[in-house]
Amino acid sequence: MTVASSHPEPVPIPAGPGDRPSQTPRPPRRDERLWTRELMSAAAVNGLRKLDPRSMVRNPVMFVVEVGSVFTTADALRYLVTGHLALFSFVGQISVWLWLTVLFANFAEAMAEGRGQAHAAALRRTRVETVARRETATGLEEVPATVLAKGDVVRVDANGIIPSDGEVIEGVASVDESAITGESAPVIRESGGDRSAVTGGTRVTSDWLRIRIAAGRGETFLDRMIELIETSQRRKTPNEIALALLLAGMTLIFLVVVVTLAPFSAYSHAPVSVTVLIALLVALAPTTIGGLLSAIGISGMNRLLERNVLALTGRAVEAAGDVSVIMLDKTGTLTLGNRQATEFICAPGVDPTQLATAAQLASLADETPEGRSIVVLAKTAHGLREQPLGEREAAFVPFSAQTRMSGVDLGAQQIRKGAVDAVAAWTGQSIPDEVAATVDRISRSGGTPLLVAQDRRVLGTVHLKDVVKEGIKDRLQALRSAGVKTVMITGDNPVTAAAIASEVGVDEFLAEATPERKMEYVKAMKAEGYLVGMVGDGTNDAPALANADVAVAMNTGTMAAREAGNMIDLDSNPTKLIEIVEVGKQILITRGALTTFSVANDVAKYFAIIPAMFVVAFPGLSALNVMHLTSPGTAILSAIIFNALIIPALIPLALRGVHYRPAGAAVILRRNLLIYGMGGIILPFAGIKVIDMAVSALHLVSVIH
Amino acid sequence: MTWQGALQPIILVAVVAVLAWSVGSYLYRVFENQRTYLDPVLIPVERAVYRLCGVDPQAEMRWTTYVFALLAVNVVGFLVLFGLLTLQPLLPLNPAHLPAIPFWTAWNTAVSFMTNTNWQVYGGETTMSYLSQSWLVVQQFLSPVSGICLFLAVARGFSRQNSRTLGNFWHDFVRSLLWVAVPFAIVATIVLVALGSPQNLKAYTHVTTLQGGHQIIAQGPIAAMTAIMQLGDNGGGFMNMNAAHPFEAPNVASLLFQLVLGFAIPAGLIYVFGKMIKDRRQSWAIFAAMAVMFIGGSLVLYHFEAAGSAMLPMHQVHLASAGNMVGKETRFGVGTTSLFENSTTAVSWGSVAASNDSLTPIGGMVALFNMLTGEVIFGSWGVGMIGMLAYVVLAIFLAGLMVGRTPEYLGKKIGAYEVKMAVLAMVVPSFVILILAALSVVIRPGLAGIFNPGPHGLTEVLYAFASGVGNNGSAFGGLAAASPWYAATVGVAMLLGRFPMYIPLVAMASVLAGKQRIPVSAGTFPTHGPLFVVLLVGTVLIVGALVFFPVLALGPLAEQFAMRSGQLF
Amino acid sequence: MRPAVLLSALRLVLLATLVLGPVYLFAMTGVAQLLLPAQANGSLVRVHGQVVGSRLIGQAFTAPRFFQGRPSATTPAYNAAGSAASNLGPTNPALLQHVRAHLHQFLQENPGVRPGQVPPAMVESSASGIDPDIPVAGALLQVPRVARANGLPVALVRHLVLSHVRGRFLGIFGASYVNVLELNVALQRLARPASG
Repeated sequence: MTVASSHPEPVPIPAGPGDRPSQTPRPPRRDERLWTRELMSAAAVNGLRKLDPRSMVRNPVMFVVEVGSVFTTADALRYLVTGHLALFSFVGQISVWLWLTVLFANFAEAMAEGRGQAHAAALRRTRVETVARRETATGLEEVPATVLAKGDVVRVDANGIIPSDGEVIEGVASVDESAITGESAPVIRESGGDRSAVTGGTRVTSDWLRIRIAAGRGETFLDRMIELIETSQRRKTPNEIALALLLAGMTLIFLVVVVTLAPFSAYSHAPVSVTVLIALLVALAPTTIGGLLSAIGISGMNRLLERNVLALTGRAVEAAGDVSVIMLDKTGTLTLGNRQATEFICAPGVDPTQLATAAQLASLADETPEGRSIVVLAKTAHGLREQPLGEREAAFVPFSAQTRMSGVDLGAQQIRKGAVDAVAAWTGQSIPDEVAATVDRISRSGGTPLLVAQDRRVLGTVHLKDVVKEGIKDRLQALRSAGVKTVMITGDNPVTAAAIASEVGVDEFLAEATPERKMEYVKAMKAEGYLVGMVGDGTNDAPALANADVAVAMNTGTMAAREAGNMIDLDSNPTKLIEIVEVGKQILITRGALTTFSVANDVAKYFAIIPAMFVVAFPGLSALNVMHLTSPGTAILSAIIFNALIIPALIPLALRGVHYRPAGAAVILRRNLLIYGMGGIILPFAGIKVIDMAVSALHLVSVIH
Repeated sequence: MTWQGALQPIILVAVVAVLAWSVGSYLYRVFENQRTYLDPVLIPVERAVYRLCGVDPQAEMRWTTYVFALLAVNVVGFLVLFGLLTLQPLLPLNPAHLPAIPFWTAWNTAVSFMTNTNWQVYGGETTMSYLSQSWLVVQQFLSPVSGICLFLAVARGFSRQNSRTLGNFWHDFVRSLLWVAVPFAIVATIVLVALGSPQNLKAYTHVTTLQGGHQIIAQGPIAAMTAIMQLGDNGGGFMNMNAAHPFEAPNVASLLFQLVLGFAIPAGLIYVFGKMIKDRRQSWAIFAAMAVMFIGGSLVLYHFEAAGSAMLPMHQVHLASAGNMVGKETRFGVGTTSLFENSTTAVSWGSVAASNDSLTPIGGMVALFNMLTGEVIFGSWGVGMIGMLAYVVLAIFLAGLMVGRTPEYLGKKIGAYEVKMAVLAMVVPSFVILILAALSVVIRPGLAGIFNPGPHGLTEVLYAFASGVGNNGSAFGGLAAASPWYAATVGVAMLLGRFPMYIPLVAMASVLAGKQRIPVSAGTFPTHGPLFVVLLVGTVLIVGALVFFPVLALGPLAEQFAMRSGQLF
Repeated sequence: MRPAVLLSALRLVLLATLVLGPVYLFAMTGVAQLLLPAQANGSLVRVHGQVVGSRLIGQAFTAPRFFQGRPSATTPAYNAAGSAASNLGPTNPALLQHVRAHLHQFLQENPGVRPGQVPPAMVESSASGIDPDIPVAGALLQVPRVARANGLPVALVRHLVLSHVRGRFLGIFGASYVNVLELNVALQRLARPASG
């Protein structure tokens, strides 16, 4: 692909997905601040609303806490009525903290949902009812966009709003898609190619388009996007379901532990009150992860949205963390869109400056990136300024598919550069052995040799090379260390592909790729048990996308590709897949870390509550009171307060996600086990001790219960 | 504590490691139909057994078919054993003229031997005729072999991919019986006799003692029964006091041989697992986790037994040393006894070389805790390993997400169904222990059976149900286990601890077998390094502690602290 | 298919019941009797051709002229047809009484012995109730009494005890001990050479 450029440096403009330049990750456009007043007050209200048992029951862990809260509240009221004020104070405080535990968890979920809903609301505002001009047998008729059916053809002129999703069947136009992508620069949409899909609600800024409508009312991309953001938050992913199951199982076990403790303590002449048993149950139940589980999932989806990736299923997000192979297009993703000159190699007896000058002269009028790169190389490597040609009689010979060379005639002086056989034929002589060897070497290294000849004499060779995007090698290396295999897809021949593959640092490559070969490759990988992630934009990517586990379709891509994908990248940035994989992993890590933390916390809670429960009957058990808590009452209350407060304390972590840096599983596991496993054991000891000191200082507990 | 005592568990584990490799290699050959030295003799026998039973040893079975066949053999085995026990007075080979066996004793015993528990609510030498003992021996062969079948079915879930079947039950059962249980038991019998155990069918010997007293010495086919009891991790001894009885373990050499015998097959099966999944490092990681817990438990138990009862000095009884010798045998000493008592609940054979009731509170708690965690420290034939695999699934599920992938083990994704089954396998034993024990300490028949007062009585009850559910069979003693209440409820516990616990794991395996294996990469949760060993040990200990800490606080922990202050109950 | 499975299971169980039950026990008994008759018949100890007990089974020695074994929890003591332990838990008052009583008795029977010299095994009942062994110290503490009762020099009896000591297995496992019956048989032979 050759695109004209007026820049002195060979940086192609972003005209399509294939040659979009590498981008330094932009700051996310969506508002990422967690604690806006608006969001928090809405979340507080929603958190209260979620106390409805019918909604609580979906989360068995927190439902148990709510039921416990009701019981202790009733108990507290009983003491109030019967005038046992000291007991009322203790039981009342316990029940307040139990209610707070539930509320904090609801608040966390509401916070996460709120961020998604804000996003959905913003999108909904852009959904305006438009008037469409539908083609009929006789001409155009104006109809509301809502009546458009699949298959209708409409025409949209400049400044018109595209009424619904569709495929461009005629015309080229620039379209402002900022309503959906947040990206203000218009993009080109045209018929026939890989940039033929248009989205309802976007605006044509110049020219016109004929569009075949591809979605009926309520099915448009925008509709689906809004619906997804709203409903995907409620739908649990497979792993979330499994984890919820485990948490419910643990809660059930603790329920039995606590219920059977009543007869055991009665046998031991160490009776305990219902309040204390409920407090123990709540302390043991995995409330931390139970309360934050849905928030983690929802905020993961939100993080993808902030990166302008729309996941069509939660399953896909989870699969992103699991992806073991990712397939990346060479051009535009791994390498810059075009080849660049990197070296001049002289024929025997030719002065390097002579070769560089000739090459530069031959390329002056060549506006292809390759041509420009030759001029630049001559300038940077040999200090040759662009030579003013005005004084000389210069006739440029443009490149043509027949001659496969270009050049310049300066009077009698003829300079040509081009394909090796073409230039050799032009000189009419066989090329020198040394030059032939150079040509051979360049070809084998994956580069493209160009011969430069002046007056039918071969001066030397220009080495054109794919240029790997800056930073891409490191990212691939990071992926590899995280166990993700990278595969380069290219239309190049295997020799060239191999050379580039080794330079970029991918694990495998698929050369001479065709739609069938891509799909076969995806299928073969899956048959071996790999989970495959892939980015695609064109119709010819659709079969492979449909087979991939994580299929990211470019928003600029064709309708077919978008239908086949399970994620859509609104930025159409092909390296986004790497970020998606990282977000997927981050969600899973956060979930695992908080689960581990939550379970590990129980150790300290036991050491707080168990001695407190039985120390009266068995004074020796005070040896287990390793935190030296003031009294049984303060110990139990402190454990419950810690249990409640840890939830809001971890909301930021749940919403932002645990920091993820690609590394081997062993390294990540060791670090996280240390932080969340060991930390989870140690932190509550300190936390409960501090709370106990506060509770004692404030004289919150006056009875030994 | 002496250095000799502390060294013992470490030496034992080293021996067991060698055993795991050598026995495991042989077992693998047996299960995979590879050539063994015994083939010339056993292959014709094997064919004859298939023909006599009318079964096809080649047809691959889905998990339901496999489990059905296993249950059929167990149920029929139970009925036959129960029938034969109740017929005792009518049958020959009863030189001591022992009377009929009570109904609840027969029910409990039949369940007990069928489930590989060998919980004994009777004293062998005072209840069972030689012929009745021989019926018990039959189940001592069949029940551990059933355990191997459960193991093989579960292991195939991990080793196969895209498969709907888990092997053939008859093949697994008959080959394990013929190539493993029978020949090993024969060799072990001869070794035990050589080390001093009697093997005869004579009437009990009446002697006039040196001092002129009269003594009746109970004897019988002790070596043969001890061999299969210990080999099969059954634990139902010929004598009431099992290995503490000088005829079952006449000396330390015999006791050590029995220790090693008990470890042989469970350890070998760990190695087999690695061979089956073609990654032996996985086996060694699991082995290491078990070894760490085993050595740890042994040392803690030994430490507290060597430290002895603090109660005596508190009450001005000062002896030559502190070691606790109540209910222990002189020839074994504190160290080796501690090692055996920790092994009996870890490896789940359940025969005792001491009176567990008289262990120090924490010493007894260690033995109890081995059972409460599901007897996954080697455990009985096959089921210890698959119990550990359930923990592995849980550990990976709890912590495995932290590597940023949905959890997988050996390339198999752990989904909701697998978690459900693993949780079921965890929940069933905990529930049965807690609920039945809680009932027993509030109702009269339960309370009436408790021997020791105070927290120790609670430990007795807890131990009984833990032993029943864990299919361990060791007794804390004291408890009136033969009373109808305990005979019936422990019987139920044994059944629930066998089938509802392990069958879900077979179901889990069938789902895993159908899954595609995911290739290993740097992003795969590493399940073979020291880190995983730590994680696995942590999971077992924390899960066990979380479920049972409150009741242990009221039992052994309360007792320990009371003992230190000289309090009696 | 299902009833057929039950039938197969029944055949398998019956076959096993026959072969692995009585046949296994008979066969093993035959082999043992043939190869190792002494052990197979209970390691019986004969004095003048008369069976006086089993080397492996402890006996109730109460007379001062014999070395005495450990407290036994069986009824009667050293009941070799019904092994049993006391099952007393560490915080059971009965255990304290039990130990105190046996300690008191031991001190009375062996004057000159201080409580701090008595090994726990001599005052705490064994697991089987028929423990045939006692710790070496437990035997040595009895030497003065036994020597006096038999009219033998203390040094001789002491030497007899020491010659009967069995050490730890491989130097590591178990404990060193003395077999009481064997010791008493030897002692009797020493004290009454004519009859013994």
